[in-house]
Amino acid sequence: MQTLLIFISAVLVNNFVLNRFLGICPFLGVSKKVETAIGMGMAVTFVMALASAVTYVVNNFILIPLNLDYLYNIAFILIIAALVQFVEMFIKKSSPALYQALGIYLPLITTNCAVLGVTVLNRSNGYNFIVSVVHGVGAALGFTLAIVLFASIRERYERNHIPKAFQGFPIALVTAGLMSIAFLGFTGMIKL
Amino acid sequence: MNAFKIIKNGLLDENPTFIQVVGMCPVLAVTTSAVNGVGMGLSTTMVLTCSNIVISLLRSFVPDTVRIPIFVVVISTFVTIVQFLLQAYVPALNDALGIFIPLIVVNCIILARAESFASKNNAVASALDGIGMGLGFTIALIILGAVREFLGTGGIFGAEFMPAAFPRSIIMILPPGAFITLGCLMAGLNALRSRAEKGGK
Repeated sequence: MQTLLIFISAVLVNNFVLNRFLGICPFLGVSKKVETAIGMGMAVTFVMALASAVTYVVNNFILIPLNLDYLYNIAFILIIAALVQFVEMFIKKSSPALYQALGIYLPLITTNCAVLGVTVLNRSNGYNFIVSVVHGVGAALGFTLAIVLFASIRERYERNHIPKAFQGFPIALVTAGLMSIAFLGFTGMIKL
Repeated sequence: MNAFKIIKNGLLDENPTFIQVVGMCPVLAVTTSAVNGVGMGLSTTMVLTCSNIVISLLRSFVPDTVRIPIFVVVISTFVTIVQFLLQAYVPALNDALGIFIPLIVVNCIILARAESFASKNNAVASALDGIGMGLGFTIALIILGAVREFLGTGGIFGAEFMPAAFPRSIIMILPPGAFITLGCLMAGLNALRSRAEKGGK
């Protein structure tokens, strides 16, 4: 039950993009079209679930027994970078179609702070293996939900008349702010 | 390029937040007050300056194919050092910034400067570039933090000076306020710039 609540909380209440401000760069950068937003969301979901699992294992079975816990940040970012590289090579060999769809987003994920963020949060909240993975998937789905919704809003307002000063980033930020207000409505739905 | 020019470049011409729009996560997340903005900005400046110097010194030894992992290791080493310093000397600030201290590693500004400046220039120029970019980032954080804190609590740097009748909009220090304030600030800057261009002609 607690696990389910953590999942729902990661998707809606503590949405990574709109509430915790993680992964803002891809959120603003790769959200001009709905298709690319879906592609980015899928790639992030895949990497985040894997990264949550692998960093849990490394942290609990390598770093803590060796008393190297304080190096977690260096270890985690290297794991994520290596993981992204492996995933890229694996997809390229095994499924060229999927590589066509996700390929260009994969290198960007290394510097997506949502991925490092979820692993650091898993560690500092002391989640166990299952909960870590569930939290990772939930956070990634929350990211996907936010970026797809945002991309569809952007597709619509691109054709509208926007005051010159607000064109580009300013209107995107204000839109994100309004979405964030909508997501505030979920606050209090779950108490952890 | 002289020293003054490099610093000015980071502060104004290529301000990381308002002009380049990189490294937005901490900008939006920690600016609930001006003090947090100062702390985050200076931590990032320190990491940026140190990693720029080391990467610049290493630039002739690093093979091109593995440069990104090496840069990331250098950056995360300095981030870990900064995190320990904050934990030891300003634990309150460390708690307020929370997860965004370890996340300095993935701040796009740092990797972008390593890649586009430090790996091509000497150590002194790289250090200056780090200081300039870092201060540009810090100033952006302070402005945003001060505006949000003022509208949300009626004070700046923790000192409340507006009368009780001044409406305090809690929404400004909640997440939506960050997006909306930054969007309006950037729109204001755009308007000023286009007016200046018109005036110039």
